[in-house]
Amino acid sequence: MTKIKSIATALAAGTIAMSMGFAAHADSHAVDMSGKTVTWTIPFSETGGSAKWANFFAPLLSEALPGEPTVVVKFMPGAGSTKGANWFQTQKDGGGEIMFGTSGSTQFPYLLGDPRVRYEYKDWVPVMASGTGGVAYLNKEDGAKFDGSANGLKDSKFIYGAQGATSLDLVALLAWEMLGMDVEPVFGIKGRGDGRLMFERGEANIDYQTSSGYLGGSMPMVEAGDAVPMMSWGALDDDGNIVRDPTFPDMPTFKEVCEATDGCETSGAAWEAWKAFFVAGFPSQKIAFLPAGIDQSVVDTVVAGFEAVRSRSDFAEISSKRVGKYPMFVGAGAAKAAEEATTISAEAKGFVVNWLSEAYGVELK
Amino acid sequence: MDAFMQAVPALGDAFGLILQPVVLGYLILGVVMGLCVGVFPGLGGIAGLSLLLPFMFGMEPIFGLALMIGMVAVVPTSDTFASVLMGIPGSSASQATVLDGFPMAKKGEAARALSAAFSSSLFGGLMGAAFLTVFILIARPIVLSFGLPEMLMMTILGLSMVAILAGRVAIKGVAAAGLGLVVGTIGAADSGGSLRMSSYDIPYIVDGFKLVIVGLGIFAIPEIVSLLRQDRAISKNAELGAGWADGVKDWWANKWLSLRCSVIGVVVGVIPGLGGSVVDWIAYGHTVQSTKDKSQFGQGEVRGVIGPESSNNAKEGGGLVPTLLFGIPGSGSMAIFIGAVALLGSGTIEVGPGMLKDNLDMTYAIVWLLALANVVGTVLCIAASGGIAKLTTIRFTLLAPFLFMLISFAAFQSGQNFADLVALFGFGLIGIMLRRFDWSRPAFLIGFVLSNPVEKFTNQAFQIASFRFRDSTQAGFEYIFSPIVIVLLVITVVSVFLGIRQAKSILAEGDVKSGSKRAPMIFLLAVMAYLVATYWNASLINDRLMGDKIIPMTVSAVALAGCLVLLVQMIRRPETDIVFADREVAGEDAEAAHGLWPTLAWFAGLLGLTALFGFIIALGIFLVSFLRQRAGLTWVHAAIYAAAGIVFMCFMAWSLNRDFPPGLLQDYADLPWPLK
Repeated sequence: MTKIKSIATALAAGTIAMSMGFAAHADSHAVDMSGKTVTWTIPFSETGGSAKWANFFAPLLSEALPGEPTVVVKFMPGAGSTKGANWFQTQKDGGGEIMFGTSGSTQFPYLLGDPRVRYEYKDWVPVMASGTGGVAYLNKEDGAKFDGSANGLKDSKFIYGAQGATSLDLVALLAWEMLGMDVEPVFGIKGRGDGRLMFERGEANIDYQTSSGYLGGSMPMVEAGDAVPMMSWGALDDDGNIVRDPTFPDMPTFKEVCEATDGCETSGAAWEAWKAFFVAGFPSQKIAFLPAGIDQSVVDTVVAGFEAVRSRSDFAEISSKRVGKYPMFVGAGAAKAAEEATTISAEAKGFVVNWLSEAYGVELK
Repeated sequence: MDAFMQAVPALGDAFGLILQPVVLGYLILGVVMGLCVGVFPGLGGIAGLSLLLPFMFGMEPIFGLALMIGMVAVVPTSDTFASVLMGIPGSSASQATVLDGFPMAKKGEAARALSAAFSSSLFGGLMGAAFLTVFILIARPIVLSFGLPEMLMMTILGLSMVAILAGRVAIKGVAAAGLGLVVGTIGAADSGGSLRMSSYDIPYIVDGFKLVIVGLGIFAIPEIVSLLRQDRAISKNAELGAGWADGVKDWWANKWLSLRCSVIGVVVGVIPGLGGSVVDWIAYGHTVQSTKDKSQFGQGEVRGVIGPESSNNAKEGGGLVPTLLFGIPGSGSMAIFIGAVALLGSGTIEVGPGMLKDNLDMTYAIVWLLALANVVGTVLCIAASGGIAKLTTIRFTLLAPFLFMLISFAAFQSGQNFADLVALFGFGLIGIMLRRFDWSRPAFLIGFVLSNPVEKFTNQAFQIASFRFRDSTQAGFEYIFSPIVIVLLVITVVSVFLGIRQAKSILAEGDVKSGSKRAPMIFLLAVMAYLVATYWNASLINDRLMGDKIIPMTVSAVALAGCLVLLVQMIRRPETDIVFADREVAGEDAEAAHGLWPTLAWFAGLLGLTALFGFIIALGIFLVSFLRQRAGLTWVHAAIYAAAGIVFMCFMAWSLNRDFPPGLLQDYADLPWPLK
């Protein structure tokens, strides 16, 4: 396991070194894109978080690319984003006019070997990646029994509004399972906002939200004393360790809670599986790709464009409101993020596939 | 009381914000754009808002809001044109309008129907805003009291409207609704992801069918084909009878109905996750029940237009409550709206629980911009309605090819897949058969629309209820039988009871003669075969995923039972009995100048050509040959008309940044847009 990880890290480091070399020359090789239209396809509907993400970056990228090409966001929803990803797999080159954006919901089916997946992440060229975090919280009564460990929660019964066992909710469900908590998911809601509403109505008594959802929707409940934050999923440092989420520095991470809880271990198959899916779903959640076989000069141009967006003086300010205070990776950093988000050991995969089948009767075939 | 004290100055601030000439200018711009986009059935708000998104970044918040709200607000108004004039339900908001609006157009009363609809929309919109101004301050606890059992009960109330719309043979209506429900379950289940009547080898079906396609197929295609066969204008005498002023008078005469229906609209619209899909049916049901002479419904009763139209604009206002207070979008366009608000200005407005506390003035500005946009939109629509209504006096054969063009394009937008067109054709066939044999199409559509909510709420409410019962029996019963559930239950029972008693006098789709036994029987057997297949298919799902199989199995069993009763009736009764209703035996369709299949073959031809050459080339061939062959124009005229149609299509697609269906040719040759 650790061997695979270190090989992966070495590979990633190599990629960084190489693309840094390219990036240095990016300006001299920049492809003039004036008059072109960059179509950024998002495999979700107009209404989701990925749409918000792409719509935020599109006008900024347009300004930053040489020749200011038009950047339009197109939506191709279907089959939990596998439809769009399968389409992107068939695209060739495109001279920078074809770009694609994935999310955790595109990574998870790929990692789990979903039968609908006919795409291969390793063929694509990542140019930008950004992440988010997540926070789990409890209702008032059970929150009082929480002392930084889940030991006091083992006798409570929890109900949770979930989108589906193979969605991003997998990370939350597996975390609670590892803590020995009895959480029954009610499947079939559309989006985490519905889950929060179910919690607010008192029908669910445990919930998790991504960082922006938590700050916008759940904080008022916490402030009013109706909800108690339990833990964040954490964030990754440069060495790939889980550390406290910079957005919630005072909140313990799942790793800390797990260490404090009897019977929960931060090593072994369950932990490795949780970490792999956490990485694919949160810190490297959304990745922008160019299609396979694209000319390196085009890649450099687009990477330089995203780099220019990132180094805008007002970037921190405008991005924190719209896509969250999380690092944005460009070029080599994005390659590393994509590598991490789409690599999983056979043990971790086997563990999750088996757990999904045993706990929820979900078969991936 | 505190909240109200704050509200008054905020309301003043809001009007200060809105009533600036620049803001009004943006609002009007948005309204005009919304009207232009709104002509496309099923595209409306979402396409328009996506178009505006790139401009929202950093825009002055109130300008951006005015532009976006102007656009969103008029979509339920402007799609009335398609539903009244062409019988095309543009969105779920205008399904019920078709039932009486289109028959009015056929009677030559298109202008009257339109202006009655617009007056009702305007009134509903204003009522919604006025109601919200107060209600939004106290809405939170009320919205939160609608849990899953309440929403399930509300969905069942919507479903109970089938009783009124079932037609002369009630059991047929039940079977049609059951068929709609099981068709709605096709694809991967929400709960456990099991596949129902689908396979990963045909990815298109895994997502289930979209409402736009089913609505167009079930309502629009049968009407277009029927009119085309008769080769006449939509308006029977090719002239316009009553004018737009009559419509306004009609509305005034029914102002109390309009008031009641707008209250229904706001209240149902407020409930997140339900809103749009049931409200116009509940309003229509209420309209029918509260009308003394029910004989005209389905044949052009103006009250049947006023009721649903009053509710659907009020619903938009109600839908703002979950959107603004909880950050939970009530519809697709509201979801984009939330995303776009975050892009405005410096991003300080965040839709969600903080909205009332931090941005009450903005909240009120949004509510009243919506009302104002309704006024502007309605005035423009009423002004245009007299002229646009003239479309109904044109020979339909000249109109039909362009309608085929429009609905194909609209259908393609829902999934951007050639299969969308195949599905449209398939549902068109089902719609034609349902219409021919007098199976209630509204019942089928209600079943389809409510299929997902019924399944979802049943499963989730059941799961949470059993969780509560494990706690204690009392907690479980308190959860299931809340006061709201009991009230809704009583309303449902009363409405089913009244509905069944009244249904016989309501000929939702006109009188249909009976004749031979063979054709109606074959159709019934085909429906039964499909129901059996659904039951068998669902029964194969792993028992641990009970939530994925219980609804398709139960519904198909109930519908099958209904079909068996029908079958027995068919065997026993003579062929003149109403169970053998068949439009091909006597009446307009039977006496039509053209046959069903040759007419349908034209549409199939368009699809076939599209599969080969892509949409635009296919459209060129189709339009020219149709106008030449079927409509008898000269080659020159046919070419000019066709070119005009294609230019219009390309312009709309280009400005909305949409693609056309590609064909085989596009696989081999790299063509420039719009041919690619």
